[in-house]
Amino acid sequence: MAYLDHAATTPMLDVALEAYVATAREVGNASALHGAGRQARRRVEESRERVAAALGARPAEVIFTGGGTESDNLAVKGIFWARRSADRRRTRVVSSAVEHHAVLDAVDWLAAQEGAEVSWLPVDALGRVTPQRLRAELATAADQVAVITTMWASNEVGTVQPVAELAAVAAEHGVPLHTDAIQAVGQVPVDFAASGVSALTVTGHKLGGPAGVGALVLARDVAVTPLLHGGGQERDVRSGTLDTAGIVAFAVALETAVRHQQEYAARVAALRDDLVARVRQAVPEAVLNGDPSDRLPGNAHFSFPGCAGDALLLLLDAQGIACSTGSACSAGVAQPSHVLLAMGADSARAGSSLRFTLGHTSTPEEVDALIAALPEAVDRARRAGSLRASR
Amino acid sequence: MPDGAEKVVGVRVLAAMSGGVDSAVAAARAAEAGHDVTGVHLALARNPKTYRTGARGCCTLEDSRDARRAADMLGIPFYVWDMAERFQADVVDDFVAEYAAGRTPNPCLRCNEKIKFAAVLDRAVALGFDAVVTGHHARLGADGLLRRSVDLAKDQSYVLGVLTREQLGRSMFPLGDSTKTQVRAEATRRGLAVADKPDSHDICFIADGDTRGFLAQRLGAAPGDVVDGATGEVVGRHTGAYAYTVGQRRGLHLDRPAPDGRPRYVLSITPKTNTVTVGPAEALAVSQVQAESPVWIGGPRPADPVECEVQLRAHGAVVPATVAVTGDGLRAELHQPVRGVAAGQAIVAYRPDPAGDIVLGSATIAG
Repeated sequence: MAYLDHAATTPMLDVALEAYVATAREVGNASALHGAGRQARRRVEESRERVAAALGARPAEVIFTGGGTESDNLAVKGIFWARRSADRRRTRVVSSAVEHHAVLDAVDWLAAQEGAEVSWLPVDALGRVTPQRLRAELATAADQVAVITTMWASNEVGTVQPVAELAAVAAEHGVPLHTDAIQAVGQVPVDFAASGVSALTVTGHKLGGPAGVGALVLARDVAVTPLLHGGGQERDVRSGTLDTAGIVAFAVALETAVRHQQEYAARVAALRDDLVARVRQAVPEAVLNGDPSDRLPGNAHFSFPGCAGDALLLLLDAQGIACSTGSACSAGVAQPSHVLLAMGADSARAGSSLRFTLGHTSTPEEVDALIAALPEAVDRARRAGSLRASR
Repeated sequence: MPDGAEKVVGVRVLAAMSGGVDSAVAAARAAEAGHDVTGVHLALARNPKTYRTGARGCCTLEDSRDARRAADMLGIPFYVWDMAERFQADVVDDFVAEYAAGRTPNPCLRCNEKIKFAAVLDRAVALGFDAVVTGHHARLGADGLLRRSVDLAKDQSYVLGVLTREQLGRSMFPLGDSTKTQVRAEATRRGLAVADKPDSHDICFIADGDTRGFLAQRLGAAPGDVVDGATGEVVGRHTGAYAYTVGQRRGLHLDRPAPDGRPRYVLSITPKTNTVTVGPAEALAVSQVQAESPVWIGGPRPADPVECEVQLRAHGAVVPATVAVTGDGLRAELHQPVRGVAAGQAIVAYRPDPAGDIVLGSATIAG
């Protein structure tokens, strides 16, 4: 099998898996007062310190959550609620048109349920949010903005955003900026303090840890209203019994990924560059989407004119090659990517796209397998045409 | 192209999986027969939430999940294909336009003709599949002939009768030799969770089953007269002639009862004058049917009139008839009169056969 979908999820690192199993064998609720509880608590706090150190944050700034979607929701809704409570005029949300649905839909929910006024920052053809656009957006009524949320790097086209510059613009106006860094951590250098952001989302299963555990890194001066109420864990911000084994494995994975980030990025980017060059050679019409230089090392995202992405996926899947068309609706229908549409692509180009993402287990043989299967798949998919009503 | 004889073993087939028990067992049988099966669920609704919920339709989220789960159990790849645009254009819009023109369409038949065995089949073939497998209750043997299912109560040869020989040549109906009871028992034996799921019925894209309301929403109110067929007298008013079907008795809202006090039925719909004509049951009886755009799948186009049996609507009565080709259509002389023959429905001609009645051909009833 050629697994070219590491941005969806990547295999757990052996060290993380071993840490998980070892910790899961131990008993103890980290909130309990006896010895077993203290032992569990110690593991959690050690993990918090590891995560903080790897991300350039303070341990007190790390809030463990049930993963990326929860962290995004907590940041977007929680900061909105807290800042609006402090000042009723703060009802604006500024976000970008290329966010992951965990942010996009949380913002939409605030608009629909809480009366938030939303400004979606447009992106250029490479998928970049520019500091100029944010500055223009904040030129008027910045005091009414409750929260700004823009991602660190695109899960779809791989474009890396100028997060530090965006955070600097936000700071000029005293507005907290949250960034979804799920795809960035372990792939590119990420330093919470140096970036100047107020909140940062990270999750385990994109960097070799388990799914269902992640963190929101939240600056100490930023108030947040909880989503979950209960036992008061995590500074009262996130109630729920701590998943000690998951947290330990997550911290080990994150620490390992960050420690090896440079050599990882060099190796994977070289493999990715080879993939891109050979895809172009095999299918000269293929269009690479996203920023050609400022992009995640493992990401290659193409449009194949005349093909439906879901047809290509089916054909490659039949050859044992796993890749992605982007997001699907709850019924399983592949949706035209809002990211590509925001980048100015028409629906045909958006519907003809396919994402290949490499990771820590990727090999040249997997790229070979893709290149061997791709020309025939493209040929067949082109004959099958699109699913649209036009005949 | 594989003919019946070639598609016995080891071809790549696409199983259309609705989420119901029939298509799940059909896919299972195809896999067990040694075919390389890929499951596909057709998403037909633009917004799945507006379509029938629960187990009744063919396009809800629950159905999509049920289809996926059945595919998991069978260990076959599974995908969802977005056919919403095609379905809207070829089935839903066509349904509304046909009613507006005073005809009575059969959307399931249209879906087979335009979606399952056209858009889906074409795409499947282009992607390298040899055939499409469905859970229809009909027999399609190595001789290429389409026959009624052994389960006459569940037989769906009527809604497949519109398919061409080319379409049938790339189709597989693995359930034709089984009764519905046997299919359910097999689903249970195979551990398929859909084994006891209720049958789908009614029209999947009309969520509440209110066809008249659905049409009124799309076509608007168009009040007109209800006229007695014998006297020409206006006996009532209607809010849209499109909402009526020939043979309909209920919901006529007549101001005046018939002089003889007997019930009256819709005899015809005239969109031009927006008139609904009513009359007594016997005035409904038809002994000759003219039909258009025939397809002949049981053999070559007959040169001489054929003695056969005809069916004039889904689950309708079957009557002996003489069918003759007329220009680019056909004419059927019914040996016994039939009531409630509606333009827009299909006439399907069968040759009685001990091994299952054989579909000779079909055409659209004119009017």
